[in-house]
Amino acid sequence: MGDAHMDISKHVKSYYRVFAALAVLTVVTVLVAQWHFSDAGNVIVALLIAAFKASLVAAIFMHLKWEKAPSIWWVLGICAIFFLALVMLPVLSTNDLPPQAQHGMWDVGPQVGGGH
Amino acid sequence: MSIAVLPYTVKPHPVTGVYSGKLGTWLFLASEVMLFGALFSAYVLLRVGAPAAGPAAWPSHEEAGLSWKIGGFNTLVLIVSSVTMVLAWASLKMNDFAKGKMYMGITVALALLFVIVKLFFEYIPKFQAHHTPSHNNFFALYFTMTGLHALHIIGGVIVISYFMFPGSSLWKKDPEYYTNRIECTGLYWHFVDLVWIFLFPVLYLM
Repeated sequence: MGDAHMDISKHVKSYYRVFAALAVLTVVTVLVAQWHFSDAGNVIVALLIAAFKASLVAAIFMHLKWEKAPSIWWVLGICAIFFLALVMLPVLSTNDLPPQAQHGMWDVGPQVGGGH
Repeated sequence: MSIAVLPYTVKPHPVTGVYSGKLGTWLFLASEVMLFGALFSAYVLLRVGAPAAGPAAWPSHEEAGLSWKIGGFNTLVLIVSSVTMVLAWASLKMNDFAKGKMYMGITVALALLFVIVKLFFEYIPKFQAHHTPSHNNFFALYFTMTGLHALHIIGGVIVISYFMFPGSSLWKKDPEYYTNRIECTGLYWHFVDLVWIFLFPVLYLM
């Protein structure tokens, strides 16, 4: 029990560190969005930060960092394959866009809209 | 008449290596990934397929009336609620039920704050401005994605509240089983936070 107590205490410290990282990264996400790199650049940077934040939540809060059971990794692996297939659908259908559509897959920058 | 007892609620199943509730929760979350994944996929398809100009054009954040300040505030609320949820589990692991219950209470309060902000600062003003789901593709997706997410928040509030009050009797009978159930609830709650981590930049910043 004493050892388990020690382990959990270590976990608790990592929870606070992850919380600080998530809060800082949320502010970074907002600041980066004010900066216009390029249409594709803004999307990629925002999604990379979101993916990093999500991986912190999954690894530490959801305990995947300490997860050793193959059954859970199998579930996650199969899920990842199907998820990738799902998000690839819009990419694969780029050539099927109507002619009046925006100019390309990544032309989704902040300036897109009525004022275009 | 004997009462059926669920096997492997505390000890790991010899085949899967984890207690059954945990594997079941991860299977459920995998199905949730596909549900939200399909909506994100639909968002990308409809956004890149929208005409560059005209009434069907994709609105900017200003035109849609979406404030990053409100979205950012709610992001921080959910992040804090994720920390309190995992601290509830950690407290139970350290045999401190009172502290665990307190953290669960804070999680529920933060979840309700999220819903109140969403309802009174976003949904109601949008409906008053006639920006309903039928207004255009953007609002159809905005309300579907955030509405489904909000339903998950409400579902989480119901489950956590159950474990705080009527379900807490399990702590006296079998503390390890109770702690495992809170871990599974936490997995679900962190997933709800994780979905919002993607919804925030996609809807409020891009």
